[in-house]
Amino acid sequence: MKQEKAKKYGMVIDLDKCTGCGSCMVACMAENNVPFREDESDKLLSIAWMRVYKLTNGKPFPDTDICYLPRPCMHCEGHHGHSPCVSVCPATATDYSEETGIVSQIYTRCFGCRYCMAACPYHVRLFNWWDPVWPDGMEKSLSPNVSVRMRGVVEKCSFCFHRYQLTMDKAHMEGRRELEEDEYQTACTQACPAGAITFGDLNNPKHTVYRMVKPDHKQGGKPKNPKAFRLLERLGTNPKVYYLTSREWVRSMDDNYLKNESK
Amino acid sequence: MSTLDDQAKEVSEDVADRVVETPTQKEGNQVDGSGGFIILFFFIGLIASLILGWIIYPKLLYSQKKQPIDFNHAIHMDLVDDGCESCHFFREDGSYSGVPKLAQCIDCHEEVQGETENEAVFVQEYVQKQKEVPWLVYSRQPDCVFFSHVVHVKTAQIDCTQCHGHIGESTNLKIYEENRITGYSRDIWGKNMSGYKKNSWDRMKMDDCAECHAKEKGMESSVQTKKDACFVCHK
Ligand code: HEC
Ligand code: HEC
Ligand code: HEC
Ligand code: HEC
Ligand code: HEC
Repeated sequence: MKQEKAKKYGMVIDLDKCTGCGSCMVACMAENNVPFREDESDKLLSIAWMRVYKLTNGKPFPDTDICYLPRPCMHCEGHHGHSPCVSVCPATATDYSEETGIVSQIYTRCFGCRYCMAACPYHVRLFNWWDPVWPDGMEKSLSPNVSVRMRGVVEKCSFCFHRYQLTMDKAHMEGRRELEEDEYQTACTQACPAGAITFGDLNNPKHTVYRMVKPDHKQGGKPKNPKAFRLLERLGTNPKVYYLTSREWVRSMDDNYLKNESK
Repeated sequence: MSTLDDQAKEVSEDVADRVVETPTQKEGNQVDGSGGFIILFFFIGLIASLILGWIIYPKLLYSQKKQPIDFNHAIHMDLVDDGCESCHFFREDGSYSGVPKLAQCIDCHEEVQGETENEAVFVQEYVQKQKEVPWLVYSRQPDCVFFSHVVHVKTAQIDCTQCHGHIGESTNLKIYEENRITGYSRDIWGKNMSGYKKNSWDRMKMDDCAECHAKEKGMESSVQTKKDACFVCHK
């Protein structure tokens, strides 16, 4: 019934612009009802859909350089949508949509085996060890557009899919099916004060993300822009989050290279 | 090990011998005498569990609640100008107003309009106190479900009755039945325990949405199921 072309929503993060301020993490937590704990210091137990990592080139003072790397879910396409997590889930709780290219997680279906967490090479999947506890009165400020999670299920970044649903509603109201580029944007993209995050449809040559990385869809979406890279490219996970940097040392950290191996 | 094994075998052979013995001893009187009873008891048990499962359990499972105010759709449809849209309308951003707020009633109900007790209570308890009526929504889906009226009503031109039945023409609101375990409305899972569906609005489970989508929408976006992706109806 639907005529429009399949979308492939993806993200480009410019590491040269990122200052590591963490606005994206905060915006994401607030937007997606992400539960938090009184003590967030143990990162193995706490949950953040978007996490900013700090990389250093390991050199002493005058040459020291630092790079901050924000890491949402990569929404891997793998081969024909068989991303690592989707292909291992025994409950069909996680799914890849050919229509949007988004990897979904249905919390009510998940029974918490955490096979997907083991399969994900990017650590984007997180487990709810406890039921969320909101400070008094805060449950009133939760978003009704994102379902809250319970103890014993896995959650992860959804590229703010609820925003897609809501903008589609608006589009239907106006009698159209196509969204404008700026209508559907994730919370982290809009929160970034440095404008380091760009979001859009990688299948659409008019969208900024496409023009920034020039994905080669015949080669599993490999970027044609030499400044762009994806994390662990060689695994063949075919992620939809691209990073841009002009710094060679940062780019050399995109995969696990052997000592004598050049990129 | 081997001695233990041998012992075990001896014992089990012992038991086997005895077991084989018993029926030959009692054969005569047992088969003739109680065969009929066994069948009788089997059927009594079967019928009892069927009654329990099909009639008593559903009664226990659902608690019955009355709506705070009985609303009469038929009367109001003659009074309003815009049909259903006067009360159930779309906002500009495509979201659905759903169950009406007091603001939509207040224009007419500042004062009592008719003679019914029902309306007097409504005006006294809610309009004058400016309190929203806590309506119970029959069709309320679980939190994890995303449903959009605009795509079905505006784009696909599906009639309200197809999913809701004849509530729009009704003269009173039916009893609301709540599942005691899940807290969901009975209209989601339907009245019929055998899963048989007479009307398209008898229930609205995941499969009922999917059934129509397969017929009318036709989009095989899910890698897992080859039907609609989970992130069409879920959030
Ligand atoms: C004067 C305002 C008004 C008008 C006009 C009106 N309704 Fe309603 N409607 C209500 C109120 C009040 C309720 C009660 C809410 C409830 O059932 O929870 C309701 C409930 C409903 C429900 C049940 C929702 C649910 O799942 O609980 C449906 C379906 C519905 N209306 C359909 C219609 C249709 C179809 C029309 C037009 C033929 C219509 N209504 C016109 C006020 C109105
Ligand atoms: C267009 C004006 C109008 C609007 C809008 C309207 N009503 Fe009414 N309503 C009436 C009139 C007139 C009557 C009296 C009908 C009679 O008794 O003959 C009535 C009767 C009623 C009754 C008593 C009906 C009965 O038979 O028990 C209730 C309850 C009621 N309204 C509730 C509501 C609610 C709730 C809303 C808002 C969703 C609402 N009305 C909106 C005009 C309106
Ligand atoms: C394709 C099926 C379908 C059609 C067509 C449909 N509805 Fe609904 N309606 C639903 C579902 C499902 C819900 C529950 C939504 C939820 O809980 O998120 C609902 C909820 C409602 C509610 C309560 C919503 C709330 O949140 O308060 C009202 C009122 C309602 N519908 C009225 C209507 C009217 C009036 C029409 C016709 C113009 C209509 N519906 C057409 C499926 C449908
Ligand atoms: C009577 C048929 C019917 C039923 C029942 C039905 N749908 Fe739909 N639905 C459609 C059709 C047809 C479309 C496609 C409209 C279009 O895009 O042309 C659609 C589209 C949608 C969309 C929008 C998809 C998109 O990509 O924009 C959502 C969300 C949706 N349905 C959810 C549901 C849910 C949840 C239920 C069950 C509670 C449900 N539908 C029940 C017929 C139905
Ligand atoms: C066509 C719309 C639609 C699609 C597609 C869909 N669902 Fe659902 N799902 C629903 C509706 C409506 C309900 C609530 C009614 C029910 O429980 O059957 C539901 C309920 C559920 C529930 C039970 C939730 C609860 O709280 O009771 C789970 C689990 C679930 N869906 C998982 C999935 C998974 C996994 C997928 C993808 C493979 C999926 N759904 C795809 C509409 C859909």
